Amino acid sequence: MNIAVCIKQVPATESKIRPSADGKDIDRTGLSFVVNPYDEFGLEEALKIKEQVGKGTVTVISIGEDKTIEALRTCLAVGADQAIHIKDPALSGSDTHAIALVLTAALQKENYDIIFFGKQAIDNDSGAVGIHVAELMNLPHVAVINKLEVSPDDKKAVAHRQIEGGTEVINIDLPAIFTCQKELNVPRYASLPGIMKAKQKPMTIYSLNDLNIATDAVGAEKAMITLDQLSPPEKRTAGTALEGNAGEAVTALVRLLHEEAKIF
Amino acid sequence: MGQILVFSEQRDGKLKRVAFEALGAARQLASQTNATVAAIIVGKNIASEAETLSKKGADKVFVIDDPGFAHYSSEAYGTIIADIAKKEDTSLILMGATAMGKDLGPKVAAKLGGPFAGDCIKLECDAEGKITATRPMYGGKIISIVRSHTNKYQVATLRPNVFSVNEADENKKTVFENIDTLPDLSEMKAVVKEILSSANTKIDLTEADIIVSGGRGLKAPEHFALIEALAETLGAAVGASRAAVDAGWKPHSYQVGLTGKTVSPSLYIACGISGAIQHQAGMSSSKYIVAINKDPNAPIFKIANYGIVGDLFEIVPLLTEAIKTIKNEE
Ligand SMILES: Cc1cc2nc3c(=O)[nH]c(=O)nc-3n(C[C@H](O)[C@H](O)[C@H](O)COP(=O)(O)OP(=O)(O)OC[C@H]3O[C@@H](n4cnc5c(N)ncnc54)[C@H](O)[C@@H]3O)c2cc1C
Ligand SMILES: Nc1ncnc2c1ncn2[C@@H]1O[C@H](COP(=O)(O)O)[C@@H](O)[C@H]1O
Repeated sequence: MNIAVCIKQVPATESKIRPSADGKDIDRTGLSFVVNPYDEFGLEEALKIKEQVGKGTVTVISIGEDKTIEALRTCLAVGADQAIHIKDPALSGSDTHAIALVLTAALQKENYDIIFFGKQAIDNDSGAVGIHVAELMNLPHVAVINKLEVSPDDKKAVAHRQIEGGTEVINIDLPAIFTCQKELNVPRYASLPGIMKAKQKPMTIYSLNDLNIATDAVGAEKAMITLDQLSPPEKRTAGTALEGNAGEAVTALVRLLHEEAKIF
Repeated sequence: MGQILVFSEQRDGKLKRVAFEALGAARQLASQTNATVAAIIVGKNIASEAETLSKKGADKVFVIDDPGFAHYSSEAYGTIIADIAKKEDTSLILMGATAMGKDLGPKVAAKLGGPFAGDCIKLECDAEGKITATRPMYGGKIISIVRSHTNKYQVATLRPNVFSVNEADENKKTVFENIDTLPDLSEMKAVVKEILSSANTKIDLTEADIIVSGGRGLKAPEHFALIEALAETLGAAVGASRAAVDAGWKPHSYQVGLTGKTVSPSLYIACGISGAIQHQAGMSSSKYIVAINKDPNAPIFKIANYGIVGDLFEIVPLLTEAIKTIKNEE
């Protein structure tokens, strides 16, 4: 069972995020970076499946700047067998299409039975790359899964995905792509021996050239959609504190909901 | 600008509100650019819904009324939409940012090689039909404006409950359009086997107009009954904080926040929820926020329109009764 997990390095969830001075990006000073939380569910699921089957490799893949290597090392420490870091100055400013194109090229160098993605990267909150790669690789996918069972012969799987008011249960042929949601599993942490072992695990670095992708096929110039302006959300301010005893406060609230908010 | 296609989501033969919201947004953009608006509806026993789409603003409606397509399939639905888009000069494809739309939007964009903007809260376009979309990022900590550089095959999903719905034109005659070929279902490698309906809510969180949420302040799972009684009175959906979900009081499908659902109802009532930044990420775009918490320093009060500092076990039942009384008077 060969499994790939595509991971992205993103600012930690508790970070304060502010736009940069020119409003074209975020201000990255002082931010700490982590593996995208939804990608951790993918890694955990990959490790679980490998343990169940008793053989195979788990490969983590990421596109990003030099710093991204830290995220990949974390995944190796948690238990992935090898890592692929794709970096190239030409990639800066790439849109979903370009990222999907490059990941596809890297994924096609091997035969993977399952490829995991996060349901979305918590920086751009886009939720598109995994589905896009599935289309480019002509593989079936299930997005936003919270349960996965792989058949003993490794040829099929049953995936659950949450929909409004229920759960879709989907039969799918492998190889396939899944994007992961919370509830799929509880990701393990890196152990101290794991951290030590990670240093010896293979880390391959690819440039666009290694993947046979022209530098002008990606990047800001080629992006069909670009970030124009970032701003903080409109600040909500504290409204009315309703005073008095419980009865009085509730009466005041009901009046405001009725007259001001016009809820009923 | 070429045509605007609206994928009109239905479940169990009934159009979702978000389908009308997407249609409303399409009509608005079309009025600025003279584009035509075509709606697509796929499912089983849905012909009458097609007429509703027409009355609410679609110039023509593609109907795929076929039991084989009753269940969602990314591949099948994606192929249908891409085929329809390619028949004519298509600039923009809209749908709701629901479980279905979040899967289908990127699929269609990938099939057509067009740009994708997910979970938009505002949509504009220039004279040629290139869109400028406003969408939250970083769990709502940033609002971004993204600009498309092409007017071909742009795909956008719209956050539910944000865009307004058109008035119906009751006299409008529906123009039906045919589809030449449908995808071969026997070739699908991913097939919905069944849908388990959750005992959960009659009203889904992401679509609810009013949400009443409970947090760790409830102290025990059985106390969610208080939240449910208030929700029932208001016709609201029930939500929960992560603390309540992690404690096993409610399944994850109830969770609001960064790693749960993003909601923007007209009214969000947070009971016994501190209002951590990760919780706010999922609900701070609600129109009105009410906080009930015994700690006057709880961060939730900083974003609440109306706050009551007090014991929820006392306040919530009183509130339920007071609203019942008002509703009975009406
Ligand atoms: C990566 C990450 C992702 C996360 N994602 C989410 C998410 O999606 N959603 C989410 O909600 N959280 C999320 N969290 C967790 C978040 O940080 C908080 O821990 C969580 O929201 C707290 O839930 P709570 O408000 O119910 O509990 P608490 O913070 O413990 O608050 C309970 C509140 O109840 C009040 N209270 C107690 N008794 C009463 C009473 N009798 N009457 C009135 N008030 C009372 C208390 O004053 C207190 O303010 C995430 C955290 C991380 C690190
Ligand atoms: N630069 C990247 N490198 C590797 N994987 C990525 C990258 N960007 C996105 N992904 C994967 O695609 C998922 C969805 O990302 P997005 O569509 O950007 O929200 C993430 O959870 C990752 O699994």
